[in-house]
Amino acid sequence: MKNCNKLQNFMSSTVKDMKKYYGAYLLVLPVVLYYVIFAYKPMYGLIIAFKDFKPGLGIWGSPWADNFGFEHFIDYIQSFYFGRTVKNTLTISITSLIFGFPAPIIFALLLNEIKAEKFKRVVQTITYMPHFISTVIVCSMVVMFVSEKGIITSVVSMFTEEKGSLLNHSEYFVPIYVISGIWQNLGWNSIIYLAALSGVDPSLYEAAKMDGAGRFRQTVHVTIPGIMGTIVIMLLLNIGGLLNVGYEKIILLYNESIYETADVISTYVYRKGLENFQYSFSTAVNLFNSAISFILVMAFNKISKKVTEISLW
Amino acid sequence: MRKKITGYHVFSCLNILFMLGVTFVTFYPIYYIVVASISDPVALSQNYGLLWHPVGDITFQGYKMVFQNQGVIAGFKNTLFILVTGVLINMIMTTLGAFFLTIKGPKWKNVIAMMVVFTMYFNGGMVPSYLNVKELGLMNSIWSLILPGAITTTNLIIMKTAFEGIPDSLTESAQLDGATYWDVLWKIMIPLSKATLAVLVLYYGVAHWNSWFSASIYLQDSAKYPLQLVLRNILLLSQVENMAAGVDIWEITKFVELLKYAMVVIASMPIMIIYPFIQKHFTKGVMIGAVKG
Repeated sequence: MKNCNKLQNFMSSTVKDMKKYYGAYLLVLPVVLYYVIFAYKPMYGLIIAFKDFKPGLGIWGSPWADNFGFEHFIDYIQSFYFGRTVKNTLTISITSLIFGFPAPIIFALLLNEIKAEKFKRVVQTITYMPHFISTVIVCSMVVMFVSEKGIITSVVSMFTEEKGSLLNHSEYFVPIYVISGIWQNLGWNSIIYLAALSGVDPSLYEAAKMDGAGRFRQTVHVTIPGIMGTIVIMLLLNIGGLLNVGYEKIILLYNESIYETADVISTYVYRKGLENFQYSFSTAVNLFNSAISFILVMAFNKISKKVTEISLW
Repeated sequence: MRKKITGYHVFSCLNILFMLGVTFVTFYPIYYIVVASISDPVALSQNYGLLWHPVGDITFQGYKMVFQNQGVIAGFKNTLFILVTGVLINMIMTTLGAFFLTIKGPKWKNVIAMMVVFTMYFNGGMVPSYLNVKELGLMNSIWSLILPGAITTTNLIIMKTAFEGIPDSLTESAQLDGATYWDVLWKIMIPLSKATLAVLVLYYGVAHWNSWFSASIYLQDSAKYPLQLVLRNILLLSQVENMAAGVDIWEITKFVELLKYAMVVIASMPIMIIYPFIQKHFTKGVMIGAVKG
């Protein structure tokens, strides 16, 4: 009886709310529909990770997979590909993080020391430029430069005996991926730090000077603490995306002969799902990946909140 | 009296040298491609190492072949359509969603906000999204490149942050005068957030311009391919055989490298030309995006 009343209250207040704000709800209706159809329906589709999905039977009609639905997860974890894809994903993302994350910070700090405004602007304009070149074009340029007669290959071959495109040698894939990424985004990623740098209170520098701090000590004690908040947030965003290695770029660059170092979880998902049509298996691998990603974001956000009182939300 | 040379002076000089180095390394690959695209193909193939100027007789054969290529021209047209239609839909949807999240009062607002934000951290992934598009009957349709990405949630949050910066008093007084939500959005919110709107148009535009992956999985009919997919097929998969009708095969093999260089130049040109003019908006956009959502 009590529950019934509660429900009735809820319904009547909802109706009242809807009547009062119908204009607002009408405006947001297409947005809600969009999210339902293109974000939440695919999430429902994740169920096929626990089934033996057959397109003819539909998502719900397909039989559940063995081992209480976990058959595909077990298959993946027991397969040879599990170790390789996880290792490659981590190698690529951690290498990118170690080199790609500090690079724009250092670049911004150094650029900030340049006093000639015009020179500074030219440097900025040129270093931001590659950000606007499309992934396909950047990868094409990489392929040209590391091809058998490419300029990078000719430099590398002065030190080694390598023949043919560097993209056919598995040991070069990670450096190629990471360096081309830095080339493309160094300038662009420094913008946010430059903005943070310009926000540092100039009176702090004055105070540091009064205390006898030189340029270097000023940087350590004023500049870096001043942009620490930005650095932590950017780091959080980066760590959260640790498992989401950009598969588009890898698909454009890799080939079968270097899967050993180039095949990551997301490219494996792509090949299994969209080239071999193993829908359920591919979805299971993908789900495994996103679940760990999700936990990573949450965990690092929590750690950061505790340690630095900065968090994404 | 001579000034003393301090450590800082040494640092400044090295710093300028370093900046010159970074600028050179960033710019040279682009310069190389441009120079190579007008070089003589035979001389180019014999040239090793760095290029400073075009080698051999300057030729525009590569460019001519790009413009003779039906695929590239169709690609440009398709991309233009996707870009214009896509950005229009993106902006309408993003603005509506962002505006709703700033309205005070609706009971379901928090639920909807949570539903929106959650998609930033979790999604269905590749295969379920693919099956969804298939089920909706969008396969091989250009709409498969527009509708599934109608809203980028981060952009919606950026828009919402901009709307929130507009004083409540403005919207409240308008509503007292009998303005509807639509009026408030159209006559107050949008005119007062032009800078953010411009930035989002750029973000969405660049995303559409660069996109090739969705097209590669959803489109079968090559006449519908957007430019980037056409480029990928020619530049990375080397599907050049049937590309220039009327040009004999020997000509193609001779000029294929040149053609690739020219193609890179032409494909990057539109954005490179407008880029210096809009750079400052992009820079502002990064700053707006950096504001906590």
